[in-house]
Amino acid sequence: MQFERRAKPPLWLTLGAPLIAVAAALVLSGLLIALSGAPVFEAYGTIVTSAFGTRLAFTETLTRTTPLILTGLAAAVAFRARVWNIGAEGQFYLGAFAAVACAQWLDLPGVVMIPALMLMGALAGVILLVIPVLMRVKSGVDEVVTTLLLNFIVLLFVSLAVEGFLKDPMAFGWPKSVPLPAEARLDKLVPKTRLHAGLFVALACAVAVWVIDRFSTFGLRARAAGASAEAATFAGVPLTGTLIRVACLSGGLAGLAGAIEVMGVRGYLTTDLSPGFGYSGIVVAMLAGLNALGVVAAALFVAAVFVGTDGMSRALEVPSYIADVTVSLSLLAMLVAIFFSQWRIRR
Amino acid sequence: MSMWEILFTAGLWASVLRIATPLIFGTLGALLCERVGVLNLGIEGIMTFGAMAGWLAVFNGADLWTGLAVAAICGGLFGALHAVLTVSLGLSQHVTGLGITLFASSFSYYLFRLVVPVQGTPPTIEPFGPAFPGLAGIPGIGPVLAAQTAPTWLAIGAVLVLAWVLARTPLGLALRMTGENPHAAEAQGLDPIALRYGAVICGSALMAVGGAFLTMSAFNSFFPTMVQGRGWVCIALVVFSTWRPGRALLGALLFAFFDAYQLRLQTSLGKAVPYQLFLMMPYVLSIVALVIMSRRARVPQALMQPFRRGSR
Repeated sequence: MQFERRAKPPLWLTLGAPLIAVAAALVLSGLLIALSGAPVFEAYGTIVTSAFGTRLAFTETLTRTTPLILTGLAAAVAFRARVWNIGAEGQFYLGAFAAVACAQWLDLPGVVMIPALMLMGALAGVILLVIPVLMRVKSGVDEVVTTLLLNFIVLLFVSLAVEGFLKDPMAFGWPKSVPLPAEARLDKLVPKTRLHAGLFVALACAVAVWVIDRFSTFGLRARAAGASAEAATFAGVPLTGTLIRVACLSGGLAGLAGAIEVMGVRGYLTTDLSPGFGYSGIVVAMLAGLNALGVVAAALFVAAVFVGTDGMSRALEVPSYIADVTVSLSLLAMLVAIFFSQWRIRR
Repeated sequence: MSMWEILFTAGLWASVLRIATPLIFGTLGALLCERVGVLNLGIEGIMTFGAMAGWLAVFNGADLWTGLAVAAICGGLFGALHAVLTVSLGLSQHVTGLGITLFASSFSYYLFRLVVPVQGTPPTIEPFGPAFPGLAGIPGIGPVLAAQTAPTWLAIGAVLVLAWVLARTPLGLALRMTGENPHAAEAQGLDPIALRYGAVICGSALMAVGGAFLTMSAFNSFFPTMVQGRGWVCIALVVFSTWRPGRALLGALLFAFFDAYQLRLQTSLGKAVPYQLFLMMPYVLSIVALVIMSRRARVPQALMQPFRRGSR
């Protein structure tokens, strides 16, 4: 079988690719649900109602969407420039840590405190990603492996913090950090739910990243560096500087995600703050075709799968790992769908 | 016990070999894939799936060797999936590998939970016992060798076989050529696509056997997240080994030595140092190894470059 590149990918295929991929993933995970003996169509129905059926369910889905938009953007901006940031999980935790730690010695009114802590969280993420990217640019150390390994190091560091110098003395020995002061908490959007103002920050970031990507010189340079580093250098793009700035943007978004999650949802830091938001962000970015506005829709889908499956697995006794299976299958299906939107089989 | 005395205990060296075994299998598997030009980041998930599949087979009544074979076959299937996506379709090896890792690990947790519902203590199997207890009589290293199980000896055998095949056989030459310049290999009448498929499938099978060692020899039960980044450590060890099986063995042993040593320091230093600092050591060491070796590493020239017939 031979493939030839399409001169121009048809628009319907580019837009339809994520839908086809998601459908394929849902069919495949339906087979696995059937394997558990649960009624498949009832399971699909329960997933939808558990994610969107009630006001509470919908706010819960949006609460999950918030960090996924940010980690999805982090992956999208990095992958565009072929900076393989697989460390969003670590940047997320370090961002959350920075927010909680800085809140201990900052004594500011809420109006200043909240942006300051978000900035600290973003800064922590920036530092954590700039180092591996610098090591790649300067000495050719593959950033995939270093960012992956840093995830484990950061999680252990957070564990050390919440059992040591940041430990809450009132928590009866439970490993959690001291709580954030009230003025560092984000406002609730809907009373008696977990939905918080961080959603608007995430949406604003998506629009901002889209504008940067579309209309700025930096966005063009980043895309050029991703398309072909050699050609970009030849055209006069300062490669090192561009990659470092991409790393700042990507790491900053992932760190911000952590800070917002801890300020909006929990109010204190534990080692289970993220159920893999960093890794799911990669799926979100790919499903969105690395488009910043598409990230919002893809994050909503992934969040709905997680929240909906949670309810479904409790109701029908299907292991809840099926959510991760569905999400990872949609990533693999999306890769194939992107391929067939760019190539066709030669007859 | 002082830090110095620990070095002369048979227990330390026996656990060095035990800790090194999954790393040896994983590193050899990743090395074989990379030698033909395919980066296989599915390793973490493939090891997880191998650990689950091998354990599950034995739990359902198969004998231990059948369990290892089941793990290897499952690993080979994931390798075939990786090869379809990266060799035939030429998709991004980074993203595909991560996708395989996410899929293989969540799939193995799901299957495990289907068969073994949540309960207090996870069920156990009877794992591999010492392969040659008779060796204990040798003075000095006897107790260290006698404590090892069959898969450890298999791992050392695999190093020798892979080193010999890659360096001394026509097949090895063909594999290396595919990783350096697939077009030149094709011009010699070789089939780079078939070679890549074969190497990725065999390499992934090795990774899965490494995972299976965890549930079938090192421990006797399976639990989620048990692979703990060992796959990523293996990817770092491949760079450290400069893509040579012999040095991969050396790297895995060196790495396992630090890991075994820190475990013992942890018990002897007690609460003076937070245990997380010790647990960080393997990951920090991997990064250090990467930084040291990256400068002079001779990367296979066609690594991560898809091969398409009739195009440059």
